[in-house]
Amino acid sequence: MSEPPRQRPRSAIESLIVIAVVVAVGAAAFAYTAGWLSPNRLTPQRLVDAFSPPSGPALGHRRNHAKGICFTGMFESNGAGSELSRAFAFSKGSYPVVGRLNLGTPDADAADATVRVRGLGVQISAPDGQEWRMALINPPFFAVSNPDGFFALLQASASKDPNAMPELIKVHPEIADFDAWAKSAPWTGSYAEEQYNSLDAFIFTDASGASHPMRWSLLPAAQPVPVPVEELAKRGPNFLEEEIVQRIKSGPARWTMVVTVPNPGDQTADPSKAWPADRRKVEVGTLVVQTIEAEADGPCRDVNFDPTILPSGVAVSDDPFPAARSAAYRVSFDRRTAEAKDYPRTVAGASQ
Amino acid sequence: MTVQRFTRVQRALHWVMAVCVIAMLFIGVGMASTVAPQYLALVGVHKSLGIVVLLLAVVRLVVRLRSGTPPLPADLPEPMKLAAHLSHYVLYALMIAMPLLGWAELSAGGYPVVLWGGIWLPPIAPQSDTLHTALWNAHFYLAFVFFAVVLMHVAAALFHALVRRDGVFEAMGPRLTHEEVSQPAE
Repeated sequence: MSEPPRQRPRSAIESLIVIAVVVAVGAAAFAYTAGWLSPNRLTPQRLVDAFSPPSGPALGHRRNHAKGICFTGMFESNGAGSELSRAFAFSKGSYPVVGRLNLGTPDADAADATVRVRGLGVQISAPDGQEWRMALINPPFFAVSNPDGFFALLQASASKDPNAMPELIKVHPEIADFDAWAKSAPWTGSYAEEQYNSLDAFIFTDASGASHPMRWSLLPAAQPVPVPVEELAKRGPNFLEEEIVQRIKSGPARWTMVVTVPNPGDQTADPSKAWPADRRKVEVGTLVVQTIEAEADGPCRDVNFDPTILPSGVAVSDDPFPAARSAAYRVSFDRRTAEAKDYPRTVAGASQ
Repeated sequence: MTVQRFTRVQRALHWVMAVCVIAMLFIGVGMASTVAPQYLALVGVHKSLGIVVLLLAVVRLVVRLRSGTPPLPADLPEPMKLAAHLSHYVLYALMIAMPLLGWAELSAGGYPVVLWGGIWLPPIAPQSDTLHTALWNAHFYLAFVFFAVVLMHVAAALFHALVRRDGVFEAMGPRLTHEEVSQPAE
């Protein structure tokens, strides 16, 4: 066989094949990147879907922490936090807040005494447009160590297989710790008596440019009064919302923001592991809740309390949850805003 | 055959933007399908690079209006000429519209828009759930239209380069080696 001459021009058919291959490879790379070829990839859509009960999600509502009530108020900074971070909210002063007290359930109509986890969404605004959003919950540590484990926990919780949860706890023993907290921690009769924790670690950067990981909590000014959950169940399905409305009528509710400074070497990647109780704590200010508004027309309704919306001076750490939460909250927000007609605003509320 | 080419500035803008736009499309579908820690970095790049594309597209449009374009080959069939003109209108429209839609979508969702270097962009749309949904849909579906048109554009460019060999590819691309020696028309 004689060799073809060098630089022989390609035939039209060969050229068309080259073009088809280029287009096909491009399209395949795009499909792979989009996850269409990877049905097992943990996408935010799958994570959000996993929250939905068999009856379907609460249309128009957040896909988790679906039940909640809005508030407005102030964050009054005492200036002590400026040692830790140059974030605007740590400069002495008063900053407006929009927030949301909520229950960790995908059911927007859940009875308050049936939900173990209570939460607090906060958005602190700076005069220059910066924002610090956070979403805190009342357990002292998270249920599971990483987002894949969290997805597995949602699946196991929904599973009919009685072995699903025991098998998962073998891989994620921290779930048993959380379960022990859920069974033993006292319940209270008020959102205002709960301590809310960031759980995730974030990196604070101070004025000199030095960076350190931190966690923080909002400690209630109101003395927590333990109430048996059976007693709470008798107070009606919405007792928490009714209680906070009544409480604020006689004056604001307050929480002290306390930043926890870890020792060198304390891990920051796993929010299911609390830092030892003796770590240094700095009181940086007070959250003052002044008004309560129903969510349907309230100022928190269309706020996505994405914990990665951070001011200059605060950034995410090696904790993988804030990124996963941001991705999932975005999907939840995209879906519920598209379903607004299923969660109508009320004229009476809108005129407040 | 004398090949009329785009100006050096136009060619530079084209290739820089080609990299940016293709990166944006892949980052967009990639970030929307992961909960991994790189999600945040991808979103950050997507916002900032999107604004870069918007600025470059405006510059490029001005340059194009001033410098013009080389004519298409006279023997190019009319349907192909029409497809060439239409696809370029669509590409310019998307290069300008997609960043604006994304920016407006974030604005309507009440999100702060923060770019590299802590640059804060003002909202360009009022906060509104219905507007957010409309903009989300436009940004989402037009991304796939954009990618499809980019693929068609690549296929057409290669068709000119490899099959027709009519100089259209070389007007924007490198002069292919086998055509280095300029021959009189066959």
